[in-house]
Amino acid sequence: MIFKAVLRVVSKLLIPPIMLFALYVQFHGDFGPGGGFQAGVIFASAFILYALIFGIDNARKVAPAWATRTLLSLGLLLYASVGVAGILLGGNFLDYSVLAEDPVIGQHLGITLIEFGVGATVSGAMITIFFIFAHQDR
Amino acid sequence: MEFPGLYNYWITIVLMMVGFYIVIAHDNLIKKVVGLNIFQVSVFVFYISMAKVRGGTAPILDAGIEIYSNPLPHVLILTAIVVGVATTALALALVVRIRNAYGTIEDDEIEGQEDDA
Amino acid sequence: MAVTALALVRLRNLFAVVMLAGMFSLLAAVLYVVLDAVDVAFTEAAVGAGITTVLMLGTLALTTSEEKAAPRKILAPLLLVVATGAVLIYGTMDMPRYGDPNAPIHRHVAPYYLERTGPDTGLPNVVTAVLASYRGYDTLGEVAVIFTAAVGVLILIGRSRRPRKKRQPADKKKAAQ
Repeated sequence: MIFKAVLRVVSKLLIPPIMLFALYVQFHGDFGPGGGFQAGVIFASAFILYALIFGIDNARKVAPAWATRTLLSLGLLLYASVGVAGILLGGNFLDYSVLAEDPVIGQHLGITLIEFGVGATVSGAMITIFFIFAHQDR
Repeated sequence: MEFPGLYNYWITIVLMMVGFYIVIAHDNLIKKVVGLNIFQVSVFVFYISMAKVRGGTAPILDAGIEIYSNPLPHVLILTAIVVGVATTALALALVVRIRNAYGTIEDDEIEGQEDDA
Repeated sequence: MAVTALALVRLRNLFAVVMLAGMFSLLAAVLYVVLDAVDVAFTEAAVGAGITTVLMLGTLALTTSEEKAAPRKILAPLLLVVATGAVLIYGTMDMPRYGDPNAPIHRHVAPYYLERTGPDTGLPNVVTAVLASYRGYDTLGEVAVIFTAAVGVLILIGRSRRPRKKRQPADKKKAAQ
């Protein structure tokens, strides 16, 4: 591990910008290229980089199994519940126009929530899958 | 001037056939997964090239731009890529399990073991 | 890109194959940018070149990194592939020309999305609007597929540690070998 000094320092410098960039992609996806799918993958890649450099056990402490699995499930749940909220407020399933007074704002809110759900599920899935692969016995 | 307008489909077909060949001719399971990925990318290229409009630009609305490429195939392929990696992960998990059970990832050796049993 | 793909066929060292596959994805991403699909290129670069390569390397570490032998029966698959390709190329003769704005694909729902996205959702990125709003059902299904795939991986190899350690003395090392 001593020889990895450069890798460790550089990755420590890189991981916060990667996560910040993921959030930027997540919430700026409405205006430029980006969205939940990309953001989820970039967010997961920050964890994967951490796990590759600092070892899988340390990474597991940062992102325990229950946390990633909860993230994985919560994303899908959020997506579906936004759809159900549309029904409860008098619209169709996944109809966001009824979420707010103004249909345009409702659409915007709905899309943001949906994208967040997508991002959570994708990042949860990627982190979970990577940790399972990395955790196998040789 | 008939043929040049079709070259995007031909690239797709070449890629698709390379992937197809890897899948049916190779015994190694990981190589088969890579072949499936190439096949998949060829389908993506097909969709995206269909979406292109001559003189069009990326489908992000802005003042003063009249022609946009078709956004619908982009949406379909965007989700398909992420689903593709998830299913690839599932396939690789199956490969790992097969390796645990048979001790090999070569298709013919697995068949040989099955015949012996 | 086609050259990379052909090199993939010949190589037997799986490590090099995986690296080339990553390059292949990156080239595909460049191609998507050229074809105006910036969102798709973004995804392909992050997913194909990043995550897939890492997962493949993980699998190589768990299994083996060398393909045993070159395939013996080359002729039959090659003939089949060439025949299929020829049929497909014959099929493309009737396809709309590249970049043709009057192709059927551009005349159905796409103009509606392009026109209505601005007034309906107030978002400039049509891809996001179609993804999340107009075709929300599709995306819900896709997210469910990703969820299912992750759960499938969990079921297949997620718990292999504990049971195998218990089984090992009884089963000898036959299963692990």
